[in-house]
Amino acid sequence: MKALRKFLDNAKPKFQEGGKFAKFRSTFGAFETFLFTPNETNKGGVHVRDAVDLKRTMIVVVMALMPAFLFGIWNTGFQHFRALGQEATATFGDIVCYGLATVLPIVVVSYVVGLAIEFASAQMRGHEVNEGFLVSGLIIPLVMPADVPLWAVAVATAFAVIFGKEVFGGTGMNIWNPALIARAFLFFAYPTKMSGESVWYGAEQTVDGFSGATALASAGATGATGVSVEDAIFGFIPGSIGETSVIAIALGGLLLLITGIASWKTMFSVFAGGIVMGLTFNALAESGSFLDENGVVLKGYEAARNLALLPWYEHLVIGGFCFGAVFMATDPVTSSRTETGKFIYGFLIGAMAIIIRVLNPGYPEGMMLAILLMNTFAPLIDYCIVQRNISKRAKRVKIKA
Amino acid sequence: MSKKNKEAFLNPLGINNPVTVQVLGICSALAVTAKLEPALVMGLSVTIITAFANVVISLLRKTIPNRIRIIVQLVVVASLVTIVSQVLKAFAYDVSVQLSVYVGLIITNCILMGRLEAFAMQNAPWPSLLDGIGNGLGYAKILVIVAFFRELFGSGTLLGYNILNYDCLKEAGYVNNGLMLMPPMALIIVACIIWWQRAHNKDLQEK
Repeated sequence: MKALRKFLDNAKPKFQEGGKFAKFRSTFGAFETFLFTPNETNKGGVHVRDAVDLKRTMIVVVMALMPAFLFGIWNTGFQHFRALGQEATATFGDIVCYGLATVLPIVVVSYVVGLAIEFASAQMRGHEVNEGFLVSGLIIPLVMPADVPLWAVAVATAFAVIFGKEVFGGTGMNIWNPALIARAFLFFAYPTKMSGESVWYGAEQTVDGFSGATALASAGATGATGVSVEDAIFGFIPGSIGETSVIAIALGGLLLLITGIASWKTMFSVFAGGIVMGLTFNALAESGSFLDENGVVLKGYEAARNLALLPWYEHLVIGGFCFGAVFMATDPVTSSRTETGKFIYGFLIGAMAIIIRVLNPGYPEGMMLAILLMNTFAPLIDYCIVQRNISKRAKRVKIKA
Repeated sequence: MSKKNKEAFLNPLGINNPVTVQVLGICSALAVTAKLEPALVMGLSVTIITAFANVVISLLRKTIPNRIRIIVQLVVVASLVTIVSQVLKAFAYDVSVQLSVYVGLIITNCILMGRLEAFAMQNAPWPSLLDGIGNGLGYAKILVIVAFFRELFGSGTLLGYNILNYDCLKEAGYVNNGLMLMPPMALIIVACIIWWQRAHNKDLQEK
């Protein structure tokens, strides 16, 4: 530790005003504050400082993502060997090895591309390098299918960082969640690499009777998810790398709630919205909404009816619902900032996610689109809440006078 | 050509581009730029219509009663749009099918009304003609740039000719970008052009 501090102190003058590498000041600053908490104190007036600054916040979120990440590595290997029909014979080591070999390159590509752009743009503007990408860079791999080509990850990450974040002014200024922009970009640009049956397990040949379809896809096609609810909760199902295990996500969510980084209001209301909408669709489908007068399913609504009949609790445990609710809807930058607004924002995310899933089976992952949509509306929700408060108080003043 | 006329013709191509600086005509720039050919035809049609509408309105400018000038302008534009639309249907049917309603919608293109109100109503026919052609070409230029990137990376072709759809590229893992064919990507490409232009033009940057 001391040697490291000494090395940094020796190098520092070169990066300061007038030094040899003064141009790279922000790059140096990024590494220095990443390694050591800055011990500078304010010389002017008194400012209240929290011990948890942006870097510490980001590290906690990264820690919260770890259970889902580690489970994702294992599950990637597990799905691969299941596709080969060898899940009984493959050892734990084999599974983890395969998972690591698949997932780590995606993580490396996402971090290298994203951080390179972040550093370059901070350098160009003379800003400090922000650490917002530490989290985005880990979330991006977790919302990708295991089989995604690395170049696609690179293109999507670059697109997300430049057009989702830097053009708005960098960390803390973005309107949409950058990781979701990356996923949405791939989803619309290269749909064959992002959805379908074969992208989840990374195997050329599969055993007979094996289905690589995600629970959502098969629910739309056949009316049954094809997986048991227990499997979905533990996460032994095909899906994006980090989204499958409800338990791993819950562990991370708990950490976020205890540290107060994520708002319980948002998280709670996302689930509430999902449950209400799931029950609504259950009731609609059972009362015959998707049937014509003869009781035959309307043409083109077969998948919608199948998904509407799916019990509400299954909607919550399959697909990206949990992952989105815990890690993405609660993003403090892109979600509503008013306390009442968080309830509205979260509820609409949950409800929209189920609506998109059921009524638009072409886009099975409604969660991604729902969060991006509500990100767009979050400032509007905040505006309405603040204005309502203002007019309420204005009325009170009038009555008194 | 006097300096003023030169400016009327050249400014819309660069420093005062109707699409990237005045941000007009965005709707059609998103709608017809998925392929290069319709974008070219659209750009050409708008150029012809702005040029002639400018000249006609400029000739009439002293006789048009001020209170009904918008109606007169619309009548002139509408007749020109109808002529262009009929010519396209007769001689380039495939393209006119691809452009569908957007040829008819040139009538509502803000660039046209903008030029008539801002330029043709105050200037003589010759500068008005130059201004009309300049603005039409400025619009066409952006359309062609956007359509070039969208067709090349979205479909792997240019003007319908194969550029990137080869088996060897496919085996190397190259895939056409489906997002390029969707309207949002046109907006992002236009945004990139604006970005580039502002970065290179000190006059366009806000203080």
